[in-house]
Amino acid sequence: MTTARNSRSSGNWWTVYGGPLLIGVLSVAGLLSALLSDGPGRYFSWLALGAPVIVTAWFFARRRRV
Amino acid sequence: MSRRASPINGSADAIGREAALKARTVRIWSVVHTWSSLISTLFLLLLCITGLPLIFHHEIDELLGYDPKPEIVQPGTVKQSIDEIARTALAHDPGRVLQYILWDKDEPNTVIAFTNNKADGDPDAATLRAYDAHTAKPLGSVGGGPMLIFLKLHVDMFAGHPGKLFLGAMGFLFLVAIVSGVVLYWPFSRRLSFGTLRDKSRRIAWFDWHNLLGAVTIAWALVVGATGVINTLAEVMLSQWKANELADMVKPYAGKPPPVHLASLDKTIERARTTAPGMNISFIAFPGTPFTSSHHFAVFMRGDTPLTSRLLKPVLLDGETGEVSDARDLPVYLKALLVSQPLHFGDYGGMPLKIIWALLDVMTIVVIVSGLYLWIVKRRKHRNHAIAGQPSLQPSR
Repeated sequence: MTTARNSRSSGNWWTVYGGPLLIGVLSVAGLLSALLSDGPGRYFSWLALGAPVIVTAWFFARRRRV
Repeated sequence: MSRRASPINGSADAIGREAALKARTVRIWSVVHTWSSLISTLFLLLLCITGLPLIFHHEIDELLGYDPKPEIVQPGTVKQSIDEIARTALAHDPGRVLQYILWDKDEPNTVIAFTNNKADGDPDAATLRAYDAHTAKPLGSVGGGPMLIFLKLHVDMFAGHPGKLFLGAMGFLFLVAIVSGVVLYWPFSRRLSFGTLRDKSRRIAWFDWHNLLGAVTIAWALVVGATGVINTLAEVMLSQWKANELADMVKPYAGKPPPVHLASLDKTIERARTTAPGMNISFIAFPGTPFTSSHHFAVFMRGDTPLTSRLLKPVLLDGETGEVSDARDLPVYLKALLVSQPLHFGDYGGMPLKIIWALLDVMTIVVIVSGLYLWIVKRRKHRNHAIAGQPSLQPSR
């Protein structure tokens, strides 16, 4: 992970909000799936709501020491 | 010659104005984010910390012996009559009245009786005891122990209804802080890759963690925050229902005295079952309690899927005769309240979901604490304005 992807770029909507948005959509799907379905819905909810934790752990493992 | 006449000057002016406007917008959102968070920080920490053990309250109660277990019986054993259980419950707490009898969805072999000093007594004065559904034997009290202290701190800080509404307001500030945080995420991280974690300085490290943990927990925190706020309005919604829908349902009884001899509970429940086929009983509210009128039993029925088991349907039955008076679905706002409860508690997807809930809760605690830390450091920096060369965390223009 680099600190500054491109210091001249002004950033675009997708690179800034894309990651959080995908995780957000997945989280909401997970929150609802366990409510609507007892079996498969549960398994999906564990994966979908576990995503924020997994993604954080992944970024932590891959962080660059400066 | 006016400045507007020159197209070049005009556009440069417009760009400058736009930049100034953007800087102003960022400043306003920044103030909103800072103050909505600061005002609620202490209470949000209280909510997050007390909420953590509450996620596992069932397991903890079981461990500490506050979760009464029914006797193991042969399959097919006939269940005890509810009238008998009601008699046992009243004999156990002489001088008190029954408010509710409740059937836990996950414990079909126990029946929980609520007694209080009067039908509409203070909820905090209620005693909850479990009885064996087959033998009517008392199994001990329910809902006591250390978890009750955590629950009270979490729900109203021992300050009753005002305390509850206050925490609801703090929850609302939490939602404002999240939304303003999402807006500020753009100017503060648009030059950084998602998930950047630097350790250049302690401040930058905390800043990156604040951003990352805040960003990945947005949806969960919004849902848990919003459903928590909805829950603080439960009493308000209940009185709304009583004043409108329930009042309409019991209109024919206006002016009649309350029942003197209550109908048989078994017969009453049987009629409620017939009226709502395919549904199971969740709880029965005795006449005069907050969940019904002064003339009626209200039997609240539930479905059997994860969703419909939350959506209760009340059947009103005459307190004296046990005849069905009316049965109507709850209004949308009460349905929303009932469905929002599991989304707040995280107790609807087994142990793995509870563990994930706890991890997300801890991540939220880190967001709150790092936010407070960043504010303190920023203030200190403002005071030591003269110190030059400090890397700053400014929005990228």
